[in-house]
Amino acid sequence: MKSSAPEKAPLVKLRGISKTFGDRKVLDSLDLDLNDGEFVTLLGPSGCGKTTVLRMIAGFASPDSGTITLESTALHERPAHQRPVNTVFQSYALFPHMNLYDNVAFGLRMEKVAKAEIHERVREALEMVQLAHLSDRRPDQLSGGQQQRVAIARAVVKRPRVLLLDEPLSALDYKLRKQMQNELKRLQRRLGITFVFVTHDQEEALSMSDRVVVMREGGIEQIGTPREVYESPSTLFVARFVGEINQLAAQVVRPAATAGRIEITLLGQTLELSSHGRTYQGGEAVQVLLRPEDMRLKGAEDSEGFPARVIERNYKGMTLDTVLELDNGQQLLASEFFDEDDPDFDYRLGERVRVSWVPDWEIILPDDEPAVTGAGA
Amino acid sequence: MSLVRNPFKTATLTIIWGWLIVLVLAPTLLVVLVSLMPENTGQLLGGELSLSTLWQGFLTNYGQMISPVYLSVFGHSLWIGLITTLICLLLGYPFAWMISRASPRLQPLLLLLVIIPFWTNSLIRIYALRTLIATRGLLNDVLMNLGLIDAPLRLLYTEEAVIVGLVYMLLPFMILPLYAVFEQLSRPTLEAARDLGANGLATFRHIVLPLTMPGIIAGVLLVFLPAMGMFYVSDLLGGSRHPLIGNIIKGQFLQANNWTFGAAISVMLTLVMAFLLLAYYRSVKLFKREVTL
Repeated sequence: MKSSAPEKAPLVKLRGISKTFGDRKVLDSLDLDLNDGEFVTLLGPSGCGKTTVLRMIAGFASPDSGTITLESTALHERPAHQRPVNTVFQSYALFPHMNLYDNVAFGLRMEKVAKAEIHERVREALEMVQLAHLSDRRPDQLSGGQQQRVAIARAVVKRPRVLLLDEPLSALDYKLRKQMQNELKRLQRRLGITFVFVTHDQEEALSMSDRVVVMREGGIEQIGTPREVYESPSTLFVARFVGEINQLAAQVVRPAATAGRIEITLLGQTLELSSHGRTYQGGEAVQVLLRPEDMRLKGAEDSEGFPARVIERNYKGMTLDTVLELDNGQQLLASEFFDEDDPDFDYRLGERVRVSWVPDWEIILPDDEPAVTGAGA
Repeated sequence: MSLVRNPFKTATLTIIWGWLIVLVLAPTLLVVLVSLMPENTGQLLGGELSLSTLWQGFLTNYGQMISPVYLSVFGHSLWIGLITTLICLLLGYPFAWMISRASPRLQPLLLLLVIIPFWTNSLIRIYALRTLIATRGLLNDVLMNLGLIDAPLRLLYTEEAVIVGLVYMLLPFMILPLYAVFEQLSRPTLEAARDLGANGLATFRHIVLPLTMPGIIAGVLLVFLPAMGMFYVSDLLGGSRHPLIGNIIKGQFLQANNWTFGAAISVMLTLVMAFLLLAYYRSVKLFKREVTL
């Protein structure tokens, strides 16, 4: 799949950004482009440096080395209050002594915008987040979701070139979070502002972003559309961090007779699989990665697939999750859409089955890391 | 919950109320009553009591305050109190901010440094200060030995010495409430102000100052009133040449034996304090912030 990013010069360029806190290297020579009007998510486990990147763009942290430019201005040389970027803070950070109107108007007053224009823009921003009727309330009189909306209105009323969002939904409950995800996405499309969203929630990252930047230990593992990141992870880390995945150790035997295919041995069987455009040498260790929803279960009498035993069944409403144990003791997770009419569907605990997957939907990656056993590592 | 069913609660409340009635309410009422006695008999409650005699006493005792001598003492006390408060605020505000921004490991230590002087009796600390600034004291010795001055400076028994003493005694009462409000001032709140385009000065004016105002008011109250009443500081460092209200009260009770007038001044001081406290609570309500004193 082609990247949806427009073929223009990027709006913000981060080049060679490094940062060390004490003796811990938080960012290591990081390069990143942000395109105008896109929704970019920085995704990674805590401590991967994603928040530090955000704080550097905002101006609350400065890189030890490297540059940040917005169009032709050197952003990293300007103090935070002179950058055309605004932040929605994780804790919202509303001003407790001001009502909603004054909170939202604050940024415009600092810019010395004319009074009449301030009034109009604040009204507009509060209406956009459906809080115009509460404009004289104080932040402590609002619910978490409403405070969140004020924080967004307060930032976008400044019409920033880039809006930075630091895990803004993490304090909300599940349902409200889903709702705010949709609202944010809609808002971003309407305003056309570049959003940089930081999260450790891969589901949130996939559902909201135009591009996902997967980070790990101060570096970037992969940049791509949500689909690229999920379907074609470029490293084992990305494969495991984004969504659930089954991982099987295998070995390449040789390139197959058919072009673009390879022969591998997996769990004692020799299979011919697509090489997915890579070249492999005979004897090379690889990992075969399989998404739970791509797994297929068949009865034990079937000749295809690997023999396994059902050890857990979890009804999830839309899907039925089955944990399988292979003969070598390794566990796999299979997630199937519920189909009441399928007689093969309902396997009992302990029943022996055959497990396979949809052909060509596997991911093969060089084995550059110690294998992690267990389903959906 | 019924009091009978909770003996611990009953006992606690009884003790607290008993304490307040015997040691706070009763003495205060006595002072008010004495301040309304028509004539000073040299005893606590002398002469006959009736509404008209109390009114008579009110006019005599409180009216006595309106004389150039006492008004000038009040004026001087207010002036010393204001200066002391201002110096405490100017010193305490940045100091409290510094403590609140120090590393979590350092904070308890810095707070301890503020509190340690309380462990020593205040009179002893004032005497210690005297030995430092006396004409033949440590400070003058050092300055003379360094060749900075030829003759000892007159430091003790000056108005400045009184102010230094008062600031020394009262600074912790300014720092602690300020520290409490700075503690609540979160880093993201300040970053949000910068993020929205406020420079350092604007952030201070629009965010830091309003949010720390309850602490400023609490600190000012805790410093201003004691500063007008700490007679022993004025006695020991100012040589009683610049009396404070506290010195007048002490003098009326212990030297002039004029209890009714002394009581009237005490009541006035209490009223001023009550008025300032009222103003403080109003302002806290205004700022919607709670301050732990």
